[in-house]
This record gives sequence, structure tokens and C-alpha cells, in this order.
Amino acid sequence: MNKVNPLIVSDQLARRQWLSRLFKHFCTGVTFLAVAILGVLIFQVSVAGFGWLDWQFLTSFPSRFPEKAGIYSALVGTLWLVTLTASLAIPIGVLAAIYLEEYAPKNRFTAFIEVNIANLAGVPSIVYGILGLAVFVRFMGLERSVLAGAMTMSLLVMPVIIIAAKEAIRAVPSSLRQAAFAVGATRWQVVRHHVLPSAIPGILTGVILALSRAIGETAPLIMIGALTYVAFVPEGPLDEFTALPIQIFNWTARPQETFHELAAGGIIVLLAILLLMNATAVYIRYRGSKR
Amino acid sequence: MTEYNSILKADALTIAYAGAPAVRAVTLPIYEKKITAIIGPSGCGKSTLLRSFNRMNDFVADVSHEGQIRYRDQDLYAPEVDPVEVRLRIGMVFQKANPFPKSIFRNVAWGPEINGMDGDINLRVETALRQAALWDEVSSRLDDSALNLSGGQQQRLCIARALAMEPEVILMDEPCSALDPVSTAHIEDLLFELKEKFTIVIVTHNMQQAARVSDFTAFMEMGHLVEYGETDQVFTRPTETRTEEYVTGRFG
Repeated sequence: MNKVNPLIVSDQLARRQWLSRLFKHFCTGVTFLAVAILGVLIFQVSVAGFGWLDWQFLTSFPSRFPEKAGIYSALVGTLWLVTLTASLAIPIGVLAAIYLEEYAPKNRFTAFIEVNIANLAGVPSIVYGILGLAVFVRFMGLERSVLAGAMTMSLLVMPVIIIAAKEAIRAVPSSLRQAAFAVGATRWQVVRHHVLPSAIPGILTGVILALSRAIGETAPLIMIGALTYVAFVPEGPLDEFTALPIQIFNWTARPQETFHELAAGGIIVLLAILLLMNATAVYIRYRGSKR
Repeated sequence: MTEYNSILKADALTIAYAGAPAVRAVTLPIYEKKITAIIGPSGCGKSTLLRSFNRMNDFVADVSHEGQIRYRDQDLYAPEVDPVEVRLRIGMVFQKANPFPKSIFRNVAWGPEINGMDGDINLRVETALRQAALWDEVSSRLDDSALNLSGGQQQRLCIARALAMEPEVILMDEPCSALDPVSTAHIEDLLFELKEKFTIVIVTHNMQQAARVSDFTAFMEMGHLVEYGETDQVFTRPTETRTEEYVTGRFG
């Protein structure tokens, strides 16, 4: 300790500062490592698959001959799957979140429900596949249709949507609700005019992240028997289908090197869709925070 | 005091949160077209009492009431009473200005619109903003966001929002506690004009404010109503020693 001039750095403080800097560098390193791994992955996939990316690849059905093969049926199947999943999971998930946050009494029963929704978000996707196979495919007789796939996917992403929407609704300040109640609004008017408009950026972010997950999931689709070789596109919700991850999985499983390159091309398309959706989520959040 | 007309009356009112009473056996008449101030130290139950007058306590979990609040001759907590109807007659201004994140116009117009009130909405908004002494400052920018207003303007906008409903009673929960002295003076001036048409109940922790603006003052402590009377009498000739100690600043 230097008692004469207390502004001179003591040994003890120097050690603490050194530890502080070390921690900063450690965090920086770990962050860049994560980004670097992603970079390597994208680079490898691009090298392998970029040459295959052309209009023909996007508009052709799968084929035994790599040069003729494409992802048309898988791409359309994925779009069908996501659209149907969205139209099932979003309304149910958001309404459930509104109920739990705005209407449900705070008691043991609702606490039990909320804990279990959080638990459902952690259930492995293959389990949802088994459930979908038993209930939608077999019991409800939907066969291996894109509707059965979408219902399974809806179950999978619904907990995520409910949790995100609940968080967004809870973030709306209660002073806003009180202001609305004080001028004679009913609960529905408060929700419709004030809570939902304030919560929508948060809800949409959660919805898009959930749908991104649905796009990438493979296991439940294999479980319910989505086809792996499809030379047609679904024309209605009860038609059979395939999806991008299944097509990629199928190509990767083949021995020929060329099909692995095709798989890489499929991965690039899938990643592009995912990045586009995530960018939309970021943009919506940014616009919501600016208002 | 009997020559005044009481519009609201708490009658042996006890309010408890999860069984713990916050307001204990309070009997308090509120007189029509007068300003009644409720003062007392923090946690004395004055805000709880105020919020029971328009059933804003309904949103608090595990709250229970005993006794009655009568609005004219109607028990406000009778099962056939719809709390939305109560809040149409008895408006409220909160401690922290809470405008909707919408335009100035929409803030005032929303209440009348959702309740299907007749008449020219533009005129109604203008009247309310004039009554709240805000019209001159905002008339040229009614479509601006209310969030761009200063704190004092936001609080007057919240008053205008309550006035647009043409309530009979306006409850104010420490409306100036987050405002600077100039904005506070603005709102106090406003209160004098508003009492021509409205009955006002104001909770305040500022004794000078209570002395300046109110006609009647209720002093509460630990859930009990210690003293209630004309403001002049409560501040200059209190009958209870606790009241005297509080208004002379010896505690609280």
C-alpha cells in the first residue's frame, strides 16, 4: 500500500485489473470461436454445393441422375409445411398466451400448466414424431399427409410460441392496462387496443424463431413417414409430401460423392430461408423498439 | 358539514390484502363538487381507499372488502353492479402519467369511442383538452405522439382523458408526485376550475398541497381514519393530537 500517493496502483489492484482483462479476452475468444465454427461450416457447404445452385436445381424433382436432380418437391413441401404449421400454431399459441397472462386466475392449476408448457418446450422432437404418428397419422387417419406433418410440427413449436408471446404480453406495463380500464374499457378492449399492439413485435419474433425451428426439424417428419423420394408436389393438405431436411438427409445417406454435393446445395437453400426468417425477426424487433 | 350533499360514501369499509387489512372500518362521505384530500404517511391505506372508489382494486389478487361504498344510493360492490359502468361515472388519474402510446387526439378520444358516446368527437376532445388547460399547447399537433409531451403535459393529458368521459367524480392518486413545482402549480390551478363541474378526491403526501387545494381533508394512519373535516379546521384546529403532530410535520 502506498500511503503517500493513494493514486499509485497497488500490487493487489494490478492483479485484479489483470484478472479483469483476462476475463474480457476469454469471453472475446469464446465468441469468435463460435462464429468461426459457423463460418467453417458455411464455407465447406458453399464449396461443395455452390456449383449446383441454379434454376434447374430449384425447379427439378429428385432424380437418380445427379445432374438432373433438384429440390423442387422438397422446397414446395417445406413451404406447405411451414404455412400450415403457422396457421395452426400461431392462433392457438397466441390465444393460449393471452388466456394465461390476461384471464387465467393465478392459482396452482395455472401454475402447473405454465410449468408444463416450459417442460414441453424441452421435449425431444422425435417424441412429437411418435405422438404425431399415433394420433394424426393412424388414429385420425390423416395418413402421411402434409397436414399430419404440420399438426405434428405445430405441437412441437407451440410451447415456444406460447412462452415468447407470454413474455411479450407480460412486458406491457400494467399502468397502460389501468389507464384503459379507468376510462371504462372491458378486458377485451384493453387486450385488443393496447396489450396486443404493444406486444406484437415480441410475439412475432417468437413466432418466426419457432417457425425457423419447424423448417429445420427432420426427426418428427421421418417418424410420421414423410416420403424420401417424391416426384410430385402436394396439391392439397391431404397429399403426401417431402421437405428440405428430409431430402438433404436422403442425399447424404447415398454413397455417391455427387449426391453429397447436392445435399450441400440443399443445405444452402435451407440456410438461406432460415437466415431470411431470422433477419425478418430482427427487423420487426428493431421497428418495434423504435416506435 | 351536513348541509353538503354526499355523492360517495365509504361506510365502515375494511379492505384487506390476503387477509391483512389495509383500510380499517373507515366511514368517509365525499361531498359533491368539492375537493377532498386524503393525507397520511406512506402505507396508511389512502391509495387503497381511493382505488376502491372506482373498483380498481378488482385487479389485485386476493383483495377482500367488508362494509360498503355507496355511490348516491347504490352499493358499488353489489353483485349486479358492472365495474365498467362504475368507472364511466368515476374516473381516475394515476400517480405516474400513463398516456397511451398513441397520438394526443387518440388518447382523449379512445374512451368515449369504445363506450359509444354520442356527439362530435372532435368537439369532445377539444372541450376535454381545454378543461385540462392543455388545448393551447397541443391544438396544433393533435396527431403527435403523446409520449413526446413533457411530464406535466402528459399528466394534464391524462386528466383530459378522464374528463372526456364526463364523469361525476375524478379520483387522483398523488397526481403531482412526479412533477416539478411549475407543473404542479398548473395542475393545482386546474383543480379549482374543475370543481365547478366535478367532484374530486385527491390522495397526496404533500400537506401543503392538501391545505392549498382541498375543501375537506381526511387524515389516515395505519388504515384508520383519524380525522376528517373541513380543511381549514383540520390544519388549524385539529381535534386529534396525531393529526396535529402530522400536519405540523412532527412525523410522517
